[in-house]
Amino acid sequence: MSLHPDALFISPADVERQLAHVGYLTDESIATTVFLAQALGKPLLVEGPAGVGKTELAKAVAKASDAELIRLQCYEGLDEARALYEWNYKKQLLRIQAAPTDQAWDSTHDDIFTDEFLLERPLLAAIRRRGSTVLLIDETDKADVEVEGLLLEVLSDFQVTIPELGTVAAVRRPFVVLTSNAARELSEALKRRCLYLHLDYPKPERERDIVLAQVPGVEAELAEQLVRTVNTLRALEIKKAPSIAETIDWARTLLALGMDELDESAVARTLGVVLKHASDQERATKELGLKG
Amino acid sequence: MASLVDRHTAFVAALRQAGLPVSVAEGLDAVRAMQVIDLVERESLRAAYAATLVKRPAHRRTFDTLFDLWFPAALGDGAAAPERHLRTREPGERRVPPALDPEVRARREELFELLLSGDDPGLRQFARTAVAEYGQTPGQESWFSSGVLRAMSPETLMAGLLNAVLTGQERGGMAEQVARRTFRDRIARFEDLVATEVRRRIAEDTGVERTARLAVRPPLERLDFAAATRTDLAALRREVYPLARRLASRLTQKQRLGHRGRLDFRRTMRASLATGGVPLTTHHRPRRPHKPELVILCDASDSVSAFAHFTLLLTFALREQFSKVRAFAFIDATDEITKYFAPGTDVVDAMTRMAREADLVWITGRSNYGHAIKVFDDRYADAITSRTSLLVLGDARSNYGELSLPILRRMADVARHAYWLNPEPRNQWDTGDSAASAYGELVPMYECRNLAQLAAFIEELA
Repeated sequence: MSLHPDALFISPADVERQLAHVGYLTDESIATTVFLAQALGKPLLVEGPAGVGKTELAKAVAKASDAELIRLQCYEGLDEARALYEWNYKKQLLRIQAAPTDQAWDSTHDDIFTDEFLLERPLLAAIRRRGSTVLLIDETDKADVEVEGLLLEVLSDFQVTIPELGTVAAVRRPFVVLTSNAARELSEALKRRCLYLHLDYPKPERERDIVLAQVPGVEAELAEQLVRTVNTLRALEIKKAPSIAETIDWARTLLALGMDELDESAVARTLGVVLKHASDQERATKELGLKG
Repeated sequence: MASLVDRHTAFVAALRQAGLPVSVAEGLDAVRAMQVIDLVERESLRAAYAATLVKRPAHRRTFDTLFDLWFPAALGDGAAAPERHLRTREPGERRVPPALDPEVRARREELFELLLSGDDPGLRQFARTAVAEYGQTPGQESWFSSGVLRAMSPETLMAGLLNAVLTGQERGGMAEQVARRTFRDRIARFEDLVATEVRRRIAEDTGVERTARLAVRPPLERLDFAAATRTDLAALRREVYPLARRLASRLTQKQRLGHRGRLDFRRTMRASLATGGVPLTTHHRPRRPHKPELVILCDASDSVSAFAHFTLLLTFALREQFSKVRAFAFIDATDEITKYFAPGTDVVDAMTRMAREADLVWITGRSNYGHAIKVFDDRYADAITSRTSLLVLGDARSNYGELSLPILRRMADVARHAYWLNPEPRNQWDTGDSAASAYGELVPMYECRNLAQLAAFIEELA
């Protein structure tokens, strides 16, 4: 396909620098994969546990490249009419009723299937936009299987066929990010068309840098302690391991409470910020030797 | 260029052989990706391959192992030669026990510093030289990680490492737990690096393809329950909740699909007001979902306990998909264990409490299916009704004891459905004391040896 997306980034190192500039810290694999998605013009499928920055990645790319972010939030029961386009039936009906009685049916028919009566939904909007665009399809796993079929057409050719209007092809290929929590396995066909990035909990060093970048005013010492403690919690057999978002919340909590050290009593008092199941909290209290 | 293409195709072939579904289109994507990245950066190349070829997290370990073999970090002793001369042993040189060897002690101190500071590139270089020096015993051709790990014995450095960080702090508290965890991770990383390095040296000696076949382990979902190590079991337990969530969403989807309920006349009429009385869209009543009652009867003897635990965990994690779940465990007597799996209880606790408190042993403490079924029938016969799905978990090895076939036949007749999951490979059924086909005639028996098979079955069931 001859249509090329804008060259947003020139190398993986450039991705790393530009995303860091807007406050998103990457590592080697994230930077390389984002760069490849852009260079090969393929959609990027980002999978991983909740709260590791999947959606943030798309937002950061949009911000770094000064593109508009168009977001399609997936949910059960999402259909073509909500994802792609819909005819504005009510307006069409009004138009027919308001038509002068002597007007021929043919011309009325042509009138009501024009751009004026077309309701643009995120996928069509992203394709028709002339400026540079980042299309975020969030929580793809929540949508039904039929939606994947719809995405296949849009994402492989970047065009949409509207029977009454004809085929609308992209003038400028958007940078597409799909995210998934792996609540259900996405189809092979969709995965094959995408580049795949598995975002996991970060290495301690990177997480510490993220905390330092996101929570101004936190001491490096405290951030280090915090990240190590969170890592220990993740290693326990618990239902829901704390995410990066929760680590950041924890840092903010400690800061707000004016605690500058993370000792047993501080952890015991604020454990609810990172662990959100009663059984997980009990387990952590037992394993870490916290006294209430 | 030709050699790079050859290497690429061989690598893709090896991935396919290891069970990764790599399509031709994905292979081409990888080649395209290689044209735009800097091939000198090895980690870039790894990321490019991973992004284009590996689309399931479960396959990532296999991929990394194979990548390290096909695109090794170094050749021979490595290009970045260490400052000092590599130690090589003369044949016939007298061996000093590692603990007394001053050279080994110096190296261990070096390792100590690296582990303390968490310097990853340093650790990588250290692992390379350590394998070059200690990975090969004189007179032996092959490479082993055991020699390196014995000489360096990183585990024994733990006490010193903890002392170094926890100076003057109270021991036994959270600080120690956290520090211990950090160092355990770093030591595991070192052992990993050594293993990778050893595989690389073996591959240089005997060929990449052969090493690849030996080095690759099956991904977690295909791992045999019986062959799982303790770390595997912990990893498997962690998989249970995500798996349950995946299954649950697929089940609700299946229920919603296909049949729509009856037309909801009121809602359809109301909606039609917006379009001038023309009912453009019809509305339907939701269908009442079908939720079976489930009774699980599971063998809790050691031979199948790992398997039984997972099935129990998974069914209880999927509790919402069934209108009622009751579980019974047996060895040679039967007891109800439902109460140990109340919502919100801790997984590990539930298992230990079940083993300690439930009354499972009658005389011998070896499985006796016949007596267990009889006790179940005496005490809990009312658990099975015409709405129940009965699920039996066990290897059907009754130690040549009685089988109570008539009672089981009656139970299976009363129940709406009955299934038997057997964790043994099918070709071992009916060998020795196994009564697989005797039971299999009454209750359809399925082989269930790994997480993938278990998930497929549960989906069938609900």
